[in-house]
Amino acid sequence: MKVMTCPLNGPRNINEFVFGGEVTPLPDLQAPDQAWAEHTFYSYNGTGVVREWWFHSASGYWFVAERDRTTDQIIKTYDPSELAADIRTAMLDVDRKMFGVERKTEEVAP
Amino acid sequence: MPFALLKYGLNGDFPFEKDADLPPPVSLKKRYDVVIIGGGGHGVATAYYLAKYHGITNVAVLEKGYLGGGNTARNTAVIRSNYLTSDGVKFYSESVKLFQNLSNEFDFNIMYSKRGQLTLAHTDAAIRGFRQRTEVNKHFGGKTELIGPKEIKELVPTLNMNPGHQPVLAGLWHMDGATARHDAVAWGYAKGATQRGVELHQLTEVTDVVVENGKVTAVKAKQGSVDHIIECGVVVQAVAGHSSLLAEKAGFRLPITTYPLQAMVTQPVKPFLDPLVSSPAFHCYVQQTGRGELVFGGGSDPYPLYNSRSTLELKEELLAHAVELFPFMANLKLMRQWTGLTDMTSDYSPIMGESPVQNYYLDAGWGTWGFKATPICGKTMAELVATGKTPSLIKPFGAERFNDFRQVNEMGATAASH
Repeated sequence: MKVMTCPLNGPRNINEFVFGGEVTPLPDLQAPDQAWAEHTFYSYNGTGVVREWWFHSASGYWFVAERDRTTDQIIKTYDPSELAADIRTAMLDVDRKMFGVERKTEEVAP
Repeated sequence: MPFALLKYGLNGDFPFEKDADLPPPVSLKKRYDVVIIGGGGHGVATAYYLAKYHGITNVAVLEKGYLGGGNTARNTAVIRSNYLTSDGVKFYSESVKLFQNLSNEFDFNIMYSKRGQLTLAHTDAAIRGFRQRTEVNKHFGGKTELIGPKEIKELVPTLNMNPGHQPVLAGLWHMDGATARHDAVAWGYAKGATQRGVELHQLTEVTDVVVENGKVTAVKAKQGSVDHIIECGVVVQAVAGHSSLLAEKAGFRLPITTYPLQAMVTQPVKPFLDPLVSSPAFHCYVQQTGRGELVFGGGSDPYPLYNSRSTLELKEELLAHAVELFPFMANLKLMRQWTGLTDMTSDYSPIMGESPVQNYYLDAGWGTWGFKATPICGKTMAELVATGKTPSLIKPFGAERFNDFRQVNEMGATAASH
């Protein structure tokens, strides 16, 4: 049995969890269709450690896991509020470069 | 007759197929008109049709392992066209037609065996879905009908019609359903392509793609410890589970997520199961091979991974469902299990056609439905490469459909829902 540690409920059978995609910046609501298509369909889908959304279905709780996509090793799991400040900064960078949108750090939905 | 056999055995022409093998390896040239990355069924089929129909033979197929050693050898060799959308049915029906004549065309037995494929409905909602698929099939070339429990019982007498809380209510009977030897398909295409002058380079891994001014000009490849730069006019990528990794080298992302897909096979038993049987509700499909083994598979793993490890969870789930459908299978021993990497798209349709890089064509997103499309994919991709125009049959499957929100939804048509 593969075990994942839920930040809220502790170690649980991985069958209790649902994979929810990569953690990527949410485009601005006014962003063009192209930005939403990128966000919805195009993922990094590479090897190595990837930051992912996971959902504990029994308790309805979303959290973040860092997982190695080659070895299937779960490096760490944490509550979304702990998403590092640098990730939020990186999200803002993507917003600015790709979509020309300026936002403040506190406006970024992690 | 015995004398004829003896004479045949002793004469100099024995064995009959002198040219059964591929030509010996040659050195890589500096330049090819077309470089195909990936020596699986799709790659060699594209090379074959380029040479056969378009006279383009300055072609190199680069394969990092060996011919047909990736997903071509890992799929469960199901051929069918009972899809849900008109685009899907038209495309896969053409593929079934090509498959039917491949042994003759190659003069090499691909062990094509038309068995029919039966998909089971356990709910009223599933029956409604089957009705729709029957009608779409009728209009676009698939031979499919909706049948009831009595006919199912006749087709598959060993099937448990009442597995617990999910009784078998109806079936989608696809008469064109078939199976073939997947390795032989790749070998047949490779043989036909190399006889026409195409070069197949095995143990040749593409390490980088050179793009200048938005146009592909060369690929970098490694043979052992030797690096090569190969100039090329056109590149086709056909690398199944590694599509996103290669596309990244060419500088773009794909609307793909890569999941492992596990399958397994039992010890051989007497022939008892003619059609290929699948149940989307049970996430399970079963078929008996010509050797008597039962091959079965199910849905992809629940989360993405670049690893062909196997898990006990998936085996337990799959076996439990298979035993519900065929209870006596509980006495069989499992012989082997394996995993392939599947590049899943969110609409369960493939990606064929142009990419953001000029002269760089995509054959990707084949998820769990790649083998059955090998001939028609090769044929249409060859036409695209030769003419630069996307054939109408594959126009709906371009990657740009994700940018325009025009997906081709085949979610309901997978043999085992994912």
